[in-house]
Amino acid sequence: MPCRVTGLRTTLTALAASLTLLLAGCTGDSGDGADGSGRITLEFQSLAWQKESVDANKQLVAEWNELHPDIRVKYVQGSWDSVHDQLLTSFEGGEAPDIIHDASDDLADFAYGGHLADLRPYLPARLKSDIPERSWQTATFAGGVYGVPFLQEPRVLVANAKLLKESGVRVPTPAHPWTWDEFRAVTRKLSGKGRYGVAWPLKEPVSATLNLSLSAGGRLFHRGADGKVTVRFGAADAVVPRTVHDQVNTDRSASGTTLGMGGSDTLPGFFAGKYAMVPLGFSYRQQIAQQAPKGFDWQVLPAPAGADGLAQGVSPQTLSVAEDSPHKKEAARFIDFLLRPPNMVRLARGDWMLPTGAEALKDPALRTAKDDWAVGTALAAHLSPAPAQSVRGYPEWKDKVATPALQEYYSGAIGLGELRRRLVDDGNLVLARYQR
Amino acid sequence: MRTSKPARAGQYLALLAYLVFLAFPFLWLVSTAFKPPRELASLHPTWIPKDPTLDNFRQAFDEQPLLRAAGNSLLVAVSAAVIAVVIATPMAYVMARHRSFLSRAATGWVVVSQAFPFVLVIIPLFLILKNLHLINALPGLIMVYVVWALPFALWMLVGYVRAVPREMEEAAAVDGAGRLRILVSVTAPLLTPGIVATGLFAFVTAWNEFFFALVLMKSPERQTLPVILTHFLGAEGVADLGPLAAAAFLATLPSLLIFSVIQRRITGGLLAGAVK
Repeated sequence: MPCRVTGLRTTLTALAASLTLLLAGCTGDSGDGADGSGRITLEFQSLAWQKESVDANKQLVAEWNELHPDIRVKYVQGSWDSVHDQLLTSFEGGEAPDIIHDASDDLADFAYGGHLADLRPYLPARLKSDIPERSWQTATFAGGVYGVPFLQEPRVLVANAKLLKESGVRVPTPAHPWTWDEFRAVTRKLSGKGRYGVAWPLKEPVSATLNLSLSAGGRLFHRGADGKVTVRFGAADAVVPRTVHDQVNTDRSASGTTLGMGGSDTLPGFFAGKYAMVPLGFSYRQQIAQQAPKGFDWQVLPAPAGADGLAQGVSPQTLSVAEDSPHKKEAARFIDFLLRPPNMVRLARGDWMLPTGAEALKDPALRTAKDDWAVGTALAAHLSPAPAQSVRGYPEWKDKVATPALQEYYSGAIGLGELRRRLVDDGNLVLARYQR
Repeated sequence: MRTSKPARAGQYLALLAYLVFLAFPFLWLVSTAFKPPRELASLHPTWIPKDPTLDNFRQAFDEQPLLRAAGNSLLVAVSAAVIAVVIATPMAYVMARHRSFLSRAATGWVVVSQAFPFVLVIIPLFLILKNLHLINALPGLIMVYVVWALPFALWMLVGYVRAVPREMEEAAAVDGAGRLRILVSVTAPLLTPGIVATGLFAFVTAWNEFFFALVLMKSPERQTLPVILTHFLGAEGVADLGPLAAAAFLATLPSLLIFSVIQRRITGGLLAGAVK
């Protein structure tokens, strides 16, 4: 028995010693961004996730580090799935990365909360003039610029080229797109035995509806002279919702089952010829190119146009600098480097998206017919800030009012009058709370 | 009362259905991990990949530092489990053997503490750890996991201690054994299954935990496996499904291996804990 006791004690002592040693070797760094030699280290949290995109980001960081031995950039991998909570906690705790990759529609709270630096004093003239004003607006809050918009994607129609050709319908181009009425007629024509003309993946129906509604002149959110925003739902706002509703419930040219799906979920049906077209973000081409069966012929078409042409809303990806960063100037220099036209092209190709920069957009690699890059670049000039971009209270309006209302309307559970009532009456009550 | 044959067959059928239900997500994960991209996008997916490939595993290892992350997860989970058990065992003994208002209140607090959502505590916790210079440090994460696992570990162990007959300890005392000798030589061996089961619970909790690891470990060198898995996800829920499934499959293996190795002990421990 004494042996067992001694054995247990020895084991526990050894365990405690091992843990102490182990833990001593795992403590974090100081995080002040400077070492004894005066070299600065900036943390760059990137949300790139596709291999080509991660590679492009890492290569650019390596190139910067080679050129700037005194200003090292450390690549930190973030995740789209959890970036808001992670950043919020980091900001509150004063431990945010110096350079932050995010989407413009996630910046408002951080900008108003004083967590992001106003980049106006730091941005070089080259970068300011290269990105169009409409893109800058997506990251401008209360007169300050809190992010550099650098990648964006229009919503396009990805079509089964064979079915389109067989149907004999006119194939739209950016110069001559379908109208919304024409689109509805085409989807009726493309529907047939066990096949739908279109599959709307509307698991997140609000941003898709609002952004596409810009083409018909729909804005939904209207800012008054006093700066307060109210919701109005006019005839222009109804064009896109009514088209989707009627395709699903009247024409039966759109699948009702995909209304609750995400974009990726519709691809198997698209590849199997069950849906002739799917409205998707431009970057979905990467998945389609990778997953489509051999010989599957697909093509990208512009989204339908309305009274305002091909206009649609986007929330570009952005690069920001943390207000707490002691090296804002250096961080802005790195952003400038990362977004030089050739580098912006590399990032855009890695993410299968469009760059915001005018120079980068001219690059022949983004105007090729392969994978229909040219269709996307032709749409770039029509992209504007998403209507809800700077509306405070939008997330609550979206989650509590608009998402269930649009889902019910699209599924046929409520009519247009009830949709209007809920979006406007219930919606304005929500927004009012944020604007007292 | 003997169970009739049809009733017994029904029981087995229900058990089989339950096992299939439990196994389905894991088997589907395994199947997905070995499918090439084109099979993943098939409208009629099959259980057995038609053209099985290891490319998803290659890609997963190529794109993300899975081994380093697994090492971090292992270190954090094992440490948290060991520390939680070392702390919880004597506490559980006291709470089980010396019933008082204090021990009842402590049990109540343990139950209540399990109801706090992570988001409620994360910012104060972040600030405390920052002051202790334990942000982005694995010991900080281990501390959090120990604190998080401790209440439930305590709760579990109290049940196991109560299942050890007090009379055995009294008999040892009559034979002249001291308190420490009784604890180490009589009670501890009987508690071993319970300690193993509790340690395993703490291990699995820490191994799977995502939110604290995400917020507290910003350096790529210190990120744990659940955080690395989210790097296969893009905006709006788009996923690099094949490599994600491959990495997730690998992430489940340690828990499966440990469970299979000490399964008997756990079963014994659970049964012992159920005895009143």
